[in-house]
Amino acid sequence: MEQVNAIELKHVTKRFGEVTANDNVSLTLKKGEILSILGENGSGKTTLMNMLSGIYFPDEGEIRINGNAVTIRSPKDSFSLGIGMIHQHFKLINILTAAENIILGLPGEKKIKMPQVVEEINALTRKYGFDLNPMQKIYDMSVSQKQTVEIIKVLYRGADILILDEPTAVLTPHETTKLFQVLKNMKEDGKSIIIITHKLNEVLELSDRISVLRKGTYINTVETKDATVESLTEMMVGEKVSLDIKRTKPTNQKKRIEVCNINCRNKEGLPVLTDASFIAYSGEILGVAGISGSGQKELLESIAGLQKLESGQIFYHTPEETIEDLTKLSADVIKEKGVRLAFVPEDRLGMGLVGSMDLTDNMMIRSYKDGRSFLVDRKKPRKLASKIVEQLKVVTPKLETPVRRLSGGNVQKVLVGREIALNPTVLMVAYPVRGLDINSSYTIYNLLNEEKKKGHAVICVIEDLDVLLELCDRILVLNSGKITGVVDARSTNKEELGLLMTGTGEEKHKDE
Amino acid sequence: MSKDIVLLNKEPFIRMVKRDSITTVKAWFIRMIAVILALIVAALVIVAITKQNPIEVYLGMIDGAVGSKRRLWVTIREILAMLCIAVGLTPAFKMKFWNIGAEGQILMGGTAAAAFMIYFSDKLPSGILLIVIIIVSSIAGLIWGIIPAFFKAYFNTNETLFTLMLNYVAMQIVTFCIVFWENPTGSNTVGIINSATKAGWFPSLFGNVYGLNVVLVLLLTTAIAIYMKYSKHGYEISVVGESEFTAEYAGINVKKVILRTMMVSGAICGFAGSLIVSGASHTISTSTAGGRGFTAIIVAWMAKFNPIAMILVSALLIFMQQGSVQIATQFGLNENASDIITGIIIFFLIGCEFFINYQVELRKKSKEGK
Repeated sequence: MEQVNAIELKHVTKRFGEVTANDNVSLTLKKGEILSILGENGSGKTTLMNMLSGIYFPDEGEIRINGNAVTIRSPKDSFSLGIGMIHQHFKLINILTAAENIILGLPGEKKIKMPQVVEEINALTRKYGFDLNPMQKIYDMSVSQKQTVEIIKVLYRGADILILDEPTAVLTPHETTKLFQVLKNMKEDGKSIIIITHKLNEVLELSDRISVLRKGTYINTVETKDATVESLTEMMVGEKVSLDIKRTKPTNQKKRIEVCNINCRNKEGLPVLTDASFIAYSGEILGVAGISGSGQKELLESIAGLQKLESGQIFYHTPEETIEDLTKLSADVIKEKGVRLAFVPEDRLGMGLVGSMDLTDNMMIRSYKDGRSFLVDRKKPRKLASKIVEQLKVVTPKLETPVRRLSGGNVQKVLVGREIALNPTVLMVAYPVRGLDINSSYTIYNLLNEEKKKGHAVICVIEDLDVLLELCDRILVLNSGKITGVVDARSTNKEELGLLMTGTGEEKHKDE
Repeated sequence: MSKDIVLLNKEPFIRMVKRDSITTVKAWFIRMIAVILALIVAALVIVAITKQNPIEVYLGMIDGAVGSKRRLWVTIREILAMLCIAVGLTPAFKMKFWNIGAEGQILMGGTAAAAFMIYFSDKLPSGILLIVIIIVSSIAGLIWGIIPAFFKAYFNTNETLFTLMLNYVAMQIVTFCIVFWENPTGSNTVGIINSATKAGWFPSLFGNVYGLNVVLVLLLTTAIAIYMKYSKHGYEISVVGESEFTAEYAGINVKKVILRTMMVSGAICGFAGSLIVSGASHTISTSTAGGRGFTAIIVAWMAKFNPIAMILVSALLIFMQQGSVQIATQFGLNENASDIITGIIIFFLIGCEFFINYQVELRKKSKEGK
């Protein structure tokens, strides 16, 4: 007898204007299996899943759920077909409890019987091995707990097909292991699961089969047991890629940035950095590890003069061995002092670049003040823009294209290129390869390594621990705004980093 | 369940798809269609009300707007005032500072102009008086612009409400001044100021009463076009408008830019006040601004803040307005009829922006055909 598939996509095509996000994609999810959808950014994974969850509507093609041809016009349609999607960005209401969030929007009697709901939720958590208190408020939760709420939300609604979009991007290694166990339990129970990711190791560990997309087209589906990291990379990129980062020994190390006991608070008045002190040397790459939101952003922004400090001091040691006090100076004053500090912020289009402006105007962000003329000089920025496009192989129709139209990788190349063009003595980068494909990522790693060889101090926040271990010389670990350790990248390992990231290895909750 | 699926198995009939990009030609084509549709709908309304031949009515409109030399110049004068205000709003709106206080800024500028016309007509030679009037009216508008900017920059108050409320304050100030300036006494209006001496009036230029208006406004429009596009200030305004975080990152002093830009914006609107008082009506009342401060927002917005496009947009709007005033009298309708026609046109022009940004897709023919 032929087995009915949970999901069948047949020749699905989706276009956005001139861009074809999915081109004739056919794919099947068998009942009770974990299927990984693998592909670089921009390969159309999320678009494909958004068509299943009713956010987009396919231009062509057919979707079959449990053997029946269906049309999914809205997320509601998708729910009623038993599809539950867990998005990368959580959609929860902070001031409500987990249970309240879970039943939000569900039809039912006028009076909510909360104890009964809680009991049902507890039954679900016990069944699959989650760890959740239904009465806890969302704002009290860690990222991984919020994710748990999202998963239970769709299970509570009776979903038997789950789609998870990059679920491990925000998790620590320990939390990832826990999540995978839960997913395996659900599979045992007969649920069908799709997981979207680009982390190869996880794919190999978790899934039964792997489907690969590249630039919107479907490449192939393989059994996990027949796949290796190399073969999958080749399928994703379309060519063999060498995955080595050439790390050189740091030379001629001198103090460059000295941070002493800085404290700062966020807009809500909660402390985000507590007594942080460290030194960054010239000629080395200092990595910063930590669960997202542990103070990485504030640490870099403090040095760049974009963060208000409550107390503490920041010193810059010039190559001429004099000392500049950067404490409480704003970005423009730091620049006027002649400190060549480059900063690639996490929010590329919200801080580093202006999305609606073209490449030339974005180059000017750093240099428009130069010269005494009332009018701006666009000649030099234009030259710089075309130089960056050429050297870093930025794909753009023309220099006048708004950067918002470029893909994530190209946006990042423009930004990193501009910052490196400042010829900085200190280069700070936050999540430099987030959202980038493998080739672009390695381009960025090489650029960082070159800066290091030039004797500049590089500080980089990277979420992927494997990369941190391979790229950096030393790794600074943050946990809820405290520096829990600075370790030698050559002798440490993921487990040690994981322990430092979570403090004692156990989850800590903010109890305010 | 099976019923569900049957229900679900229907593609939506109409879908809106966001356009990636659109050629300028196509965009203007859509706008042209909108204008034509607006004229047709307006014609239907006219027929329904007046039972007249719509072509005759439109001819009446053209006649009203440009039918005689005098009418043509009145239309041009009104276009210039509208253009000047729209140009003044441009820096603020480009910075995403929603300045809906142009009315107040115009009134303050107009009041300052009127005050100098009344009190200094015999103290200053006429050439100097005119220059002084232009300067003080700009300063009055500047002050009215910098007040909300200061509170926005330092206390993050909502500039929309703030500028709106200042409009009413400005109106009260005008009412207050009218009490002192009443002429003739008891009329509760100021009347034509210096009607005999014409002191403080814009002089004729090139043999035309409104020649100076043309020169000043076109110079100003060009200056602002250059200021926005090629100056460092203009660049800072765009960056602050897009993202304050980026501005801080770029080392831009955001507070300073907000204050400076609203000074420019307010000053130009204040100058527009003198343009209306000294250069056109030669009187002051609470309706001196006459809603132009709001209409100019539409003009600036529809022109996508391109000062050159603003010339076209304000010309179109004023043409329609002047034309409909004419048909209102010609066919014995009241003034609201002209508002209806202007309203219909603005509705279509704003509505067509949706079709410039989005594409409508109809459901494809049923799949059995394949």
